[in-house]
Amino acid sequence: MKPPAFDYLRAESISDVLEGLARQGGDARVLAGGQSLMAMLNMRLAKPKLLIDIMRINELRRIEREGDAVVIGAGVRQADLLAWPDLAEALPLVSLALPWVGHMQTRSRGTICGSLAHADPSAEMPLTLVALGGEVLLRSAKRRRRVAARDFFAGMMLTARADDELIEGISLPVTKGSRFAFREVARRHGDFAIVACAAMKIPTGVRLAIGGVADVPTARDWPLLEGSALDDALNAFAYELGARDDVHATARYRRDLVRMIGRDLIGEVLQ
Amino acid sequence: MTSLKADQRHAVHLTLNGKPVEGEAEPRMLLSDFLRHQLGATGTHVGCEHGVCGACTIVVDGMLTRSCLTLAAQVEGCELKTVEGLAPAADRLGVLQQAFRRNHALQCGFCTAGILMSLDHYLAKNSNPTEAEIRDLLSGHICRCTGYTPIIQAALEAAANLASSQKETSDA
Repeated sequence: MKPPAFDYLRAESISDVLEGLARQGGDARVLAGGQSLMAMLNMRLAKPKLLIDIMRINELRRIEREGDAVVIGAGVRQADLLAWPDLAEALPLVSLALPWVGHMQTRSRGTICGSLAHADPSAEMPLTLVALGGEVLLRSAKRRRRVAARDFFAGMMLTARADDELIEGISLPVTKGSRFAFREVARRHGDFAIVACAAMKIPTGVRLAIGGVADVPTARDWPLLEGSALDDALNAFAYELGARDDVHATARYRRDLVRMIGRDLIGEVLQ
Repeated sequence: MTSLKADQRHAVHLTLNGKPVEGEAEPRMLLSDFLRHQLGATGTHVGCEHGVCGACTIVVDGMLTRSCLTLAAQVEGCELKTVEGLAPAADRLGVLQQAFRRNHALQCGFCTAGILMSLDHYLAKNSNPTEAEIRDLLSGHICRCTGYTPIIQAALEAAANLASSQKETSDA
């Protein structure tokens, strides 16, 4: 299938983008790596009147340490971040999760922020942002704001971004001395996750974040639990996520995965 | 800032396998269609047209790229490499293509152009790949004929041949 007709704007500066978004609002879409949006256009699930290509804006290509955080610009491709020499040291959870995002042939073009804008409930980058407690940096012609990950994802493929806002980048905290684990189950490596799971040690205990089950990636913190207390907590969490049957897996299978992978990963990070 | 109107055709300039070329495209025209219909480069195949099957994979500015998930307008001024650029001459096959032929790594050939581009790109950067790495790379492609095993054999054989030819060159 072919995309519907739209005007195309090759932006050369952030102000070009913000101007276009202010003018066209909800009829405009930002085109970055295109690995989600182009598929949506080809299937005519998206019908914007204007596409704003942001990939020629050098300012958006930055990966920078800012104090205890790493800021990743909207133009940073998934492959760029994987190749960043500091990744494993500064953002170990991202280095574990990124190889699960799509395939090498899509990571080469797809961006980190594009994956967040698309907000697929099974996607790895939204899950990672929620697990780490990162922030999304939004900017319109009128204002700038930072939105916490848990407030950014509003539902299946829905975010808190307003129509006139550009996701300029994200900020991920550098968590020193923590331990992380990531695993997902899909029919094939690179396919959409049936369940994706991230675990990390936090000062008060442990955090588990789950993608692919609820409409949005969801994190839960627990004190250090063991044995049946941990099993009960995982079981309650698995039910709270409201799993549904679909063509890929039953709700019960998803709950099983949450319980089993959750327990494994918590064991891994507390070792 | 360049603004292209939806209902008009606009000139797109790029370098295709080392040669400067030009064509016209509406903003909505996919790069896969631009290659095939405007430039006549029909070696790139179009399968699923939503980024899943990998048949249309090419290389844009050194990046593996699904040409069906890319607009012609996006590659203005870019360097493209397609399957037409793999053979060293019109009547000769490259090392990777020869390995595909020897190992029966294709039957209908529909997926082959995309797989060759992925492997060519990967082997240029990873001269000694493991089978697991090749399998991971091939997860971005769908082949319904071969069962993948001959493709993996061809890839490993091509890697070995490329490595030994490089050794000879460096020893000389």
